[in-house]
Amino acid sequence: MTLITGIQKYSIHDGDGIRTTVFFKGCPLNCIWCHNPETQSYQRELLSDKEACINCGKCKAACPFDSCQSCGTCVDVCPLNLREIAGEEYTIPNLLKELKKDEMFYEESGGGVTLSGGEVLAQDMDYIETLMMRLSRIGIPANIDTCGYVPYENIQRILPFTDTFLYDVKLVNQEKHKKYIGKDNQLILENLIRLSQDGGKLHIRIPVIKEVNGSKEDLQEIIDFLTNNNILVQRIHLLPYHNTGSGKYEKLGKQYQGKAFTPPSPEEMENFKKLFINAGFHNTKIGG
Amino acid sequence: MEERGMNARIRSLRRKSLETRAHIDMERTKSMTKTYERYEGSMSVPELRAMVLKDYFSTKKLYIGDGELIVGEKGDSPQASPTFPELCCHTIEDMHVMNDRELINFQVKEEDYTYQKDSVIPFWEKRSIRKRILDNMTEDWKNAYEAGLFTEFMEQRGPGHTVGSFKIYEKGFLDYKKDIQNSMDNLDLLNDPHATKKMDQLKGMMIACDGILILGARYAAYARELAETETNEQRKEELLQIAQNCDVVPAHKPQTYWQAIQMYWFVHLGVTTELNPWDAYSPGRLDQHLNGFYENDVEKGTLDDEKALELLECLWIKFNNQPAPPKVGITLKESSTYTDFANINTGGITPTGENGVNNVSYLILDCMEEMQLLQPSSNVQISKKTPAKFLKRACEVSRHGWGQPAFYNTEAIIQELLNAGKSLEDARCGGTSGCVETGAFGNEAYILTGYFNIPKIFELTLTNGYDTVSGKQLGLKLGEAKDFQTYEELFEAFSKQIKYFIDIKVKGSNVIEQIYANYMPAPFLSIITNDCISTGKDYNAGGARYNTKYIQGVGIGTITDSLAAIKYNVYDKKNFTMEELMAGISDNFQGHDQLLNMVRNKTPKYGNDEDYADDIMKSVFEMYRKEVTGRPNMNGGFYRINMLPTTCHVYFGEVMTASPNGRLAHKPVSEGISPEKGADINGPTAVIKSASKMDHLQTGGTLLNQKFTPQVVAGEEGLKQMANLVRTYFNMDGHHIQFNVIDRETLIQAQKHPEDYKDLIVRVAGYSDHFRNLSKELQDEIINRTEQSFN
Repeated sequence: MTLITGIQKYSIHDGDGIRTTVFFKGCPLNCIWCHNPETQSYQRELLSDKEACINCGKCKAACPFDSCQSCGTCVDVCPLNLREIAGEEYTIPNLLKELKKDEMFYEESGGGVTLSGGEVLAQDMDYIETLMMRLSRIGIPANIDTCGYVPYENIQRILPFTDTFLYDVKLVNQEKHKKYIGKDNQLILENLIRLSQDGGKLHIRIPVIKEVNGSKEDLQEIIDFLTNNNILVQRIHLLPYHNTGSGKYEKLGKQYQGKAFTPPSPEEMENFKKLFINAGFHNTKIGG
Repeated sequence: MEERGMNARIRSLRRKSLETRAHIDMERTKSMTKTYERYEGSMSVPELRAMVLKDYFSTKKLYIGDGELIVGEKGDSPQASPTFPELCCHTIEDMHVMNDRELINFQVKEEDYTYQKDSVIPFWEKRSIRKRILDNMTEDWKNAYEAGLFTEFMEQRGPGHTVGSFKIYEKGFLDYKKDIQNSMDNLDLLNDPHATKKMDQLKGMMIACDGILILGARYAAYARELAETETNEQRKEELLQIAQNCDVVPAHKPQTYWQAIQMYWFVHLGVTTELNPWDAYSPGRLDQHLNGFYENDVEKGTLDDEKALELLECLWIKFNNQPAPPKVGITLKESSTYTDFANINTGGITPTGENGVNNVSYLILDCMEEMQLLQPSSNVQISKKTPAKFLKRACEVSRHGWGQPAFYNTEAIIQELLNAGKSLEDARCGGTSGCVETGAFGNEAYILTGYFNIPKIFELTLTNGYDTVSGKQLGLKLGEAKDFQTYEELFEAFSKQIKYFIDIKVKGSNVIEQIYANYMPAPFLSIITNDCISTGKDYNAGGARYNTKYIQGVGIGTITDSLAAIKYNVYDKKNFTMEELMAGISDNFQGHDQLLNMVRNKTPKYGNDEDYADDIMKSVFEMYRKEVTGRPNMNGGFYRINMLPTTCHVYFGEVMTASPNGRLAHKPVSEGISPEKGADINGPTAVIKSASKMDHLQTGGTLLNQKFTPQVVAGEEGLKQMANLVRTYFNMDGHHIQFNVIDRETLIQAQKHPEDYKDLIVRVAGYSDHFRNLSKELQDEIINRTEQSFN
């Protein structure tokens, strides 16, 4: 079952032009700072705004189960519209219909569709491959926004239909990676090397978080990795961290662990950018 | 206040324009009263009206401000507003209201009250057009008008609603006198039953020419007089140049760029002093009109870009010096602003169909950006042939956040005009004025007759024609809401009510048109509008080449969502009954939380690129269009529609109960063709797609607002995509779009009332998101960031 948490139109920072971004639900990583916590789990989830709740009891009265099954019955009865279900199924024709709506904008702006998440390449790959193939066939350029922590085979399957990979690299340092992301980064880095060798067009995206990777050394390690492995990079995006998702954690009934993190200052970001440019990555940008 | 302007001169003029309080100036009324006392009854109405202008221009106080390069004011000084008691004779209470009200106030001096009471009211009240109109309207019309079903533009201000063409710069008023004489000589006094009437009109035009010639000569003399005593050599030089300019224009055609601008300004003063026409007067395609003069002067070495820009900035200040004359009552509510809607079109294409962007176009954008004034409203026409560079520059100016320039689609305008029977060349020379209204510049009287409250008429449809707000049976008795068994039956009843009220509105407008034609001609405006001179017909009597009347539909978002709420919940899904809905409406949804949640949040809505609601929008639009378009008006033209509200959506909301879509009682209805506030939740491309499903080419203009925070349009990427939004909307035949880049105050409101700002998008960090979806901390951060970005 492939679930989608949102279809964001007029995305102008997920690749070139005006794009529609699809957020798939479920991710193999567990980044502490994740700003889309509703896309971490592969299951449908209920989000409810407990702060605004007036405890009228209508949701409880309507609930058909003893414990929440994320069935969504309560969503319609809440008089204040405080509840929503994250995770909706789309048939491929229905999804394509939605994605085709902004075709005129893609064409004018050189944009298209971006499949993101969660992790798009850790879904039902038959679904994803078919979707990518169909998009390609109708002439809508599609980007893949990936964390890279997936079997390379999954990447290979969609490579022929992909315009650009927006490839996240957080840390080259293995220990730190394990600490903050919970998983080893070897697969991510190997996949990146292979993808570059196989001709994937790459935009490397680096979320910069002061406490995690916001030092010259951390970023230099990334530069060295890219250089030493001759990775062909079209563009580097340095994304200063923001705790944008913290409200959603509360709605999901989860604890936000990223409160302690801080974004780097604009000056620091500028310095990091210079670091990349001096290393030969002339097309380095701050922001998406 | 932030100081703006390219140099000290402009900054000082601009400051004066902004800091001076708008005030009433009685000189015109005093002069006019004398003219009437002397001539009324002894000459024809057109001659009398022209004599009013001539006498005023012969005696009025002249004004040349320090440092001014373009001269002439409607009243005694900047921010002076003459009164027009022949149109609307204000009561003493009106005068107190305009002096005392918090917004859009005008200073009234003690002696003005006395003069109004002792001289103006006794003489003008019985003569005023407003009285004549109200005396001639039926009970049905008055009831509907008072209940806010429609407004009437001509009740306090004259028709006009037109724009200058290149004609203004091709001839001087001495040349027009020859044309008028020629037309007189050609009158067929043997066979033409209207020849005498035409002669009167032409005589009036002749007198009006004399009026403007006298004003020009007086300004030339006054500038020389000031030069004589001027000690500053540079200023002396300027005053002498102003005098020389006024020797040439308006008598002769302008020879230089400077004179061309001065010529326009004299014409503007003529039109807006003669009567108080809606939307003042506009220069139209100013860049194309001025470019020949500009190139010529630059080649001769007498003009450079800096001087050219300075003169434009002087003109901008002149526009801003003229507040829209005071409005009262319902007319104030429909247009609550000092803005007099002079609107300048930049870009577009040339009369032969080539790209019309030239050097002056870019200077106008620079001027707009620098001046940031309410008036003149400035727009750009974007054609397929418009260079990307120009569009991008226009976006750059627009994203500063105060909504200018607005963007208009040249190809749509041309097709709209062709559809309405204009020639290709006249269409290419046309554009938009006022807010978004399409017209053939210099050739057309395209009169807005009033706003039409579409959602209110639906409200009456649900209550068997009875208006619970005014307590009157206004509409047809076609049944109570619960009686309609199907959506189609309901829609049919709604259509009948619309027809009923359009009939009432049009009957009234036809009478009003005749009143203006007979009693309030506009001989000066007729001189400069084709083909009034050659046909010997006045502008207000159908003398223009094309004569269109518009009725402006308001509230398409509210009505669409209201119909969708009923179709979806009552008829299709049977989520609740009509009785339940009507109970909710009558309680203003108090205690009907679940119902309210249903109609507000769980029902398809216009503005999301979903066909369910958008198809309903199309059906309402089509029904309204068919009902209006093609009805004959009394000046030889036809009625057409456009879709814009000015500030009328607020007033129209005030007179309404709650709506089926969850809009609460007395809250504004949706504006322009924008979705209901908070209804569009899928971003700007979805809004644009929904809006483009309307058949824009069948209208005379539609208005679409888009709100952004500065971050969304920040940087190169934001700018590029803003331009792409415009292009794509125009590829889909959209007529107009404008961008509001949101300020801090709005964001604070958005934080307090997120339900009203569901469509507000903010640029967060590496991505964009809906403001309502952000944590409070982040909202705070963005609010502070926004303020910084405005400094």
